[in-house]
Parts: sequence; structure tokens; C-alpha cells
Amino acid sequence: MLQVKNLHASINDKEILKGINLEIKAGEVHAIMGPNGSGKSTLSAVIAGKEEYEVTEGSVILNGEDLSDFAPEERAHKGVFLSFQYPVEIPGVTVTNFIKTAINETRKGRGLEELPAKEMLKLIREKADLLEIDRKFLSRSLNEGFSGGEKKRNEIFQMAMLEPKLAILDETDSGLDIDALKVVANGVNKLKNKDNAVLVITHYQRLLEYIVPDFVHVLHNGKIVKSGGKELALELEEKGYDWLK
Amino acid sequence: MDLKEKLVSSFLAFENKGGLDLDSNVHTLRLKAIQNFENEGFPSKKDEEWKYTSLKPLLKHDFSLFPSGEKSVGFKNIEEYLINEIESYKLIFIDGVFSSFLSTTTHDECDVCVLSSALTRPKYKMIVDNYFNTIAKGNNSLAELNTAFAVEGAFINIPKNTIVPKPIQIINFSTGSEKEVMLQPRNLVVVGENSHVQIIERHQNLSKNTTLTNSVTEIFVHKRAIIDYYKIQNDTDDSSLIDSTFVSQKQQSVASVSTFSFGGKIIRNNLEFYQEGEHINSNLNGISILSDKQHVDNHTLVNHKFPNCESHELYKGIYADKSVGVFNGKVIVQQAAQKTNAFQQNNSILIDDGATINAKPQLEIFADDVKCSHGCTIGQLDESALFYMQSRGIPKKEAKALLLYAFANDVVEKIKIPQLKTRITKLIAKNLGVDLGFEL
Repeated sequence: MLQVKNLHASINDKEILKGINLEIKAGEVHAIMGPNGSGKSTLSAVIAGKEEYEVTEGSVILNGEDLSDFAPEERAHKGVFLSFQYPVEIPGVTVTNFIKTAINETRKGRGLEELPAKEMLKLIREKADLLEIDRKFLSRSLNEGFSGGEKKRNEIFQMAMLEPKLAILDETDSGLDIDALKVVANGVNKLKNKDNAVLVITHYQRLLEYIVPDFVHVLHNGKIVKSGGKELALELEEKGYDWLK
Repeated sequence: MDLKEKLVSSFLAFENKGGLDLDSNVHTLRLKAIQNFENEGFPSKKDEEWKYTSLKPLLKHDFSLFPSGEKSVGFKNIEEYLINEIESYKLIFIDGVFSSFLSTTTHDECDVCVLSSALTRPKYKMIVDNYFNTIAKGNNSLAELNTAFAVEGAFINIPKNTIVPKPIQIINFSTGSEKEVMLQPRNLVVVGENSHVQIIERHQNLSKNTTLTNSVTEIFVHKRAIIDYYKIQNDTDDSSLIDSTFVSQKQQSVASVSTFSFGGKIIRNNLEFYQEGEHINSNLNGISILSDKQHVDNHTLVNHKFPNCESHELYKGIYADKSVGVFNGKVIVQQAAQKTNAFQQNNSILIDDGATINAKPQLEIFADDVKCSHGCTIGQLDESALFYMQSRGIPKKEAKALLLYAFANDVVEKIKIPQLKTRITKLIAKNLGVDLGFEL
């Protein structure tokens, strides 16, 4: 599904990613771990198309299509979803209105008609129930005054609504207590199927107890220095990152 | 002949045109006003209050001062400018002339009619003598000019203990019957004790010709009365507006004026509140959304004279292209006005490099036991918020609009007439060039 080939990316002429190679197949869960400043968040932002980053070499290919020339929203229309480490607050726009706009713009981008209001409402309720989200929550301003857990749950709610092919979860576990972590992980697991894929970016092994990866990659200084199975995460937890440098 | 000379020399002819009572007090007021205008003339940029707004581009036009106004305008021509989703009283003026055909007036529970009749009928003499030109007088040369030529506009007199059942729409249309026209509507609004009224005011040019409107509105709000006044300024690129609105409030009254400036060439709003009692609440709200070379200047004054009063001021501006915004918010808290709560906020977003905002909060506080605050921010769109929305499939243009919507939303939320709120939301969407398919 996703192929990252020799990806180099920089910001303000500073190279952050120095040749990343990664292949994710449909149905798989991959985890990328690494110390602070290794380039984890940059990788997720570059896949999602953040314009501040300049891709100097290599490519990101989704289902055979090079994403280089596509804007972030076009990538979203093609099935890329990025759950933010720090979701942005948008006062004055309710969760419901935001997701409605996102769904309809995505449908427009795919050449589909807007979803009739009734079906939209049904879908919103269905997904909210799936993630155990209180209806009242849906009429609050997007992320405004949300707790860390609410923000992340809201990210997964949007993911559930948009049904991406590739979901990138950037530090979804940061700022979550264990109960919130479980709810979020459960949500991701419920949405997981053989046709989509998940890329989990995390600092700690903790989240991977709940979202179990098929592959774990260690990112260091802009490169993947080691790949392995889920047991690699445990090894990292025990030994830290120093032995890999 | 420049515009000032033309105006001054037209005065005699105007007064002698007939229909005006030359023995009345109003005649004396007019005479005095034209003298004041002649002495002061139009303000220039040398005047501190006009530092950022030049009237020069307007004064070079050869305005017709008394348009013939015979052009027939049907309901179809003006329909889109009215809020028709609700029942309302309507005062419609075509090129400065009242259109009884298009209007819906009343004299039942209250008077919703025209100034020309109030100025001439004995029945209203006392009201006119008590209120007319009492706050506008000596204030600024443009208000003086308006007084000199004041003959038509809205006359709204709400007796005490009256809840006016429907909003009142005051709309001044110009038809383009003359190439360049100057209009000077004059409104007088008196709200009696314990009464409540909602008013929507709009100026609209129906043609591509040039219009300059110099409007004055005096509003008197008696004890415990409530008034909500909305100004829709969404005129054509060749229309300019100078609006002076004066509000005088008695104890425990609540007056709110909201100004929505979306279109026009040059707009200058002078909005002044005078608190004449205790426990008064004054609210000033505004949204400006400008593009091209549009220029909007919001000059506000709240004069706290008595203890235990409040004022809340919230102005938001979104400036694109080479548009210019001015916000000058003056709050005076006089020595007697202890326990005053005065809050002022002015937030602006500059979308393009060529856009300008001149913001000047001005607090003059002479009392020591008060709470006064002002916040002034000038910023740009938050790039990380844009990326967040794009990553959810919302294209950049729509994402920008959504952010700007959200930015303006707390002012929109203050609109108390739902149908007007819908209309304003639509106008905002239109000005931002998007259709978001929902209301905030």
C-alpha cells in the first residue's frame, strides 16, 4: 500500500530525513520508534504533505501513485490520514460541523455527491457510539478546552468517519492516562481491517501493548537503523536507544 | 466649485424649496449647523480623528445634492436586500425620498414613520424639540452638515412599556438616477422606559453610479429600555458611507449596536455612547471583512459618566488584498464613574501583505475604582491549523474560510434575530468566497 523510497526531507535547509525506506502492505500495522529529534514526526508530516518540508530526494508512493505533487487535502482524499500529536483548537466550529465539512470535501475530491444530511447524522452517531463518545461532545467547539484524552479520542473519531486507507498515528499516546489510552487503542483496533494499514509513531512501547504491530522500525538521526517484529519494541523498552546508535 | 462651497451655497435654495417650516426651532438648528459646517469644513488628515482616513477621493465628485428621486423601484428590485424571512416594519427610502408603497409603517402602539412628518406635525413637536439634534449638535462637522440638510429619515418613537413586536428595517436605496449623488438621511429613535426595540439599518446602491451617504442617527434609550441596533454595510465598490450614530442612555438601559462592514469604497463609522445614569450596559460589536482597496474606519466612543455601568466592545477585522482597516476605540471613565466595568477588544487578521490595519485603543480613566481592559491583536492565519484541516481533506481555500468564520463567530453569536444571523452568516461566506453548507 505505502512505499517510502530513499526519502530525504529538510526544513529551512536542515536535512531531517536522510534516506528512509519503508514498505507497508494492506492489513499491516507498523510502528516507528525512536528518540526525540530522530525525525518521527517529520516523517508523518512529510507523508501527509506538510508544505514547510521540502522533499529533496526519494518518494512516497501510495497504491502505486507518487504523492509528491499532491496537496495535503488531495492526499487525504486518496486515503491518507494523520492523527496529530497536538490537535489544533478551532473555536467556533463544532466537532459535527468540522467532520461534516471534512467528509463532504473528501467526497467532492473523490467525485462523489455530498452525503445527505440524514445519512451523515446516522454515520456520526454510529461512529460516536463505536468510540463511546458522548453526543454532547459533538456539539462542542473542535478541540477547544478538550482534555488530552478528549483530543486524541476526537482524532480517532475523525479517522473512523473518514475511513482512511493509511492511518498515521503521531504520538497518539502522549498526554494520555492508561484508561484514555485503552479507549483510543480499542477504537483503532475496531477500525483495523485487511484493506487498510496503520503506522504508529511512538516514543514508548506502552501504546504497542494495545495496538500490536506486525513490524517495528527504529528511527535514528533521519534513518531507519533497525527493523524487526513486535519483540523489538520490548527490547527497546528494556535497553533504551543507545545500543543502536 | 468644490463640494463644501456647493453645499453651503445650496442651503438657501434647500430651505426655500418649500415644505420646511421656517419658523420652527429646527430651522434655527439648521441655520446654526450650516454655519458650523462652513466654519469647519470637511475634516482632513491633519485632524487627529481623521489621521488614517482621507475623504479627499470623495470630495472631488460633483455630487447631485437633491436627486429627483422619481425613478420607480419595485419590490422585486429591492427584495434581496431585505430580511423577508421575518415580519417587520419597513422604512424604505429611494434616493432620499420615502416610499410609502414599499414601506410598512405604524402609529398603533408606537410610531414607526418618517422624520419629515415628525418635523412638521404639531403632534410630534415636543419630541422633536426635546431630542432632535441634542447629541449630534456641535459634535463633528459632518454631523453638522447632515443637520443642515436634515429633512428625511426614520422617526421611531416607542412609548414606555412597549415591546415592539417585530424588528424595524430602515433601508436607504440609491437608484443611480443621477451620476453622482450625495444622500443625507437622518434618523431619530426614542425608546421609552421599559420598552424594547430591534432595528436593522442598511444603505444600498442599486446602480454602478457613485453614492456618498452622510448619515446621522440619534438614539435615546430611557430607563430600563433595551435596543438592539444592527448596521449592514455591504454596498457596491462605488458607494461610500459616513455614519455618525449617537446613543444616549438612561439608567439601567441596555443598548447594543452591531456593525457589519463587508462592502463599500470608504466607510467611516462614528459611534458614540453617552451614559446618563447608573447601571447602564453599552455594547459595541463589529465585523469588517474587506478586500480590494476597501477602507473601513470604526471610530467609537464610550463616555462613562456615572457609577456602576458597563461597556463591552468587540471588533473583529479580516483584511485582504490592499484593504485598509482603522479601529479607534476611545473609552472615557469620568471621575464620578466609580465601579465601571469597561472592556474593549479588537482583533484583526491580515490575509495579504498589502493589507493594513491601524488600531488605536484609547482609554482615559479618571476614576480609581474601575475595571477596564483592552486587548488588541493583529495576526495572520495559523498555518498549523490550516495544515490540520487540509489533512482532514478540507482544501486550503475552504480551510481558510472556516478559520475566518470561526474568528468572526463570537460577534455573529451576539446577533439576537435568528434570521438576521443566518443572513449575516451567508454574507460572510459570500465575502470569503465559499459555501460551507452549514451555519455556525
